[in-house]
Amino acid sequence: MKWFWYASPETFYPLAGKIARGCGIAAAVLMLAGLYVGFLVAPTDAQQGEAYRIIFIHVPAAWMSMFLYVVMAFWAALGLAFNTRLSGMMASALAPTGALFTFIALWTGALWGRPTWGAYWVWDARLTSELILLFLYLGFMALQAAIDDPRRADRAGAVLAIVGVVNIPIIYYSVQWWNTLHQGASVSLTRAPSMAATMLTGMVLMALAFWAYSIAAALVRVRCIILERQ
Amino acid sequence: MLAAARCIVYRDLLLAMRRRSDVATALLFFVIVASLFPLGVGAEPNLLRSIAPGVIWVAALLSSMLSLGRLFASDHADGTLEQILLGAAPLGVVVAAKALAHWLVSGMPLVLIAPVLALQYDLPGSLYGVLALSLLLGTPVLSLIGAIGAALTLGLRGGGVLLSLLVLPLYVPVLIMGAGSVELAAAGQGGQGQLLLLAAMLVVAAAFAPWAIAAALRISSE
Repeated sequence: MKWFWYASPETFYPLAGKIARGCGIAAAVLMLAGLYVGFLVAPTDAQQGEAYRIIFIHVPAAWMSMFLYVVMAFWAALGLAFNTRLSGMMASALAPTGALFTFIALWTGALWGRPTWGAYWVWDARLTSELILLFLYLGFMALQAAIDDPRRADRAGAVLAIVGVVNIPIIYYSVQWWNTLHQGASVSLTRAPSMAATMLTGMVLMALAFWAYSIAAALVRVRCIILERQ
Repeated sequence: MLAAARCIVYRDLLLAMRRRSDVATALLFFVIVASLFPLGVGAEPNLLRSIAPGVIWVAALLSSMLSLGRLFASDHADGTLEQILLGAAPLGVVVAAKALAHWLVSGMPLVLIAPVLALQYDLPGSLYGVLALSLLLGTPVLSLIGAIGAALTLGLRGGGVLLSLLVLPLYVPVLIMGAGSVELAAAGQGGQGQLLLLAAMLVVAAAFAPWAIAAALRISSE
């Protein structure tokens, strides 16, 4: 396998275009299907009424917000270790999408919290750590924007991304470590989900749609970065 | 190796003593910020007692951040930093020594003066020890994490504001544990758990931060 063949921006550029197109179409189809299942097919929740339907956007967005940070830190670490140009570009291409999903997770969470908890915002461990995640994304982008030399921007951002990755397990386990208002996970890989099958289908479809969207958005952005720098 | 570390600490302390007003400014800032809150929120003793740990900790955070910009800037400007980077002494040890010197100059005075501020806030005398101990364990972590940010933003335009944007989110866990320990102790539950977590953070930061600082300095001064 020629792992490093596509590590060169020149060879990666056309491939990224193809993958971005495929993922963009997949994202649109999956999102339509997910929204259809989520808003029209899934039954009304016994306790939360119709307000619960926001989880179809909230939960996948929160997953992606954390996952994208880990992916970003992975590319950053790869860039520092192997000194490949593309890794840094990938890290900076992922950051705005991650920040977007973090913001969506916080915003939809606030809209859901108002009817359910009676407050838009509570200083609960998970909400606070998700807010810090947003600040980390913004700090990463601000640092890269402040440095003119792209190579230095990539490497400085990489160090920051790796330092900030400490926050991810804190968000993920915050519900278990502290007594929080935010509920625990309803879906896990190891046990049966505690929700109706159609609800789960809707959520999985939306999660896949967000995956596809993230890949497409990041690749479109990385293509722009490649064009800009070369 | 230890000789190099001792030399750096001695040199930085000497430089700080030569420019005593810089040290005093950060300390004065700490006292003034902490004194503003009773004027802003009203001098109701019960309210002051309940917000005291948080206010003192936030003031300590801001004050320690204020002096971070100077950590590497003057060395960068006069070329000392390049000599350090080229020198034989391991960079990790040198930056750890610089962070230690920064703490001795900016963190240590906060620990010593915090009980006086606690007096202003009418905090019960039994809590002075917990407050001072939490600051003693927490402020070195602030210096270590802050040094990463200072190294990353070295020589950038708008470095000061950017530095706070990078560093403040990373300070949050220290703030939560530090202020939490005093609040728990005030509630009669003892703050040992939070203090132990602070100590754990200090150990982790002391072990890993010098690497990150060294890497960031190498990137910044290429």
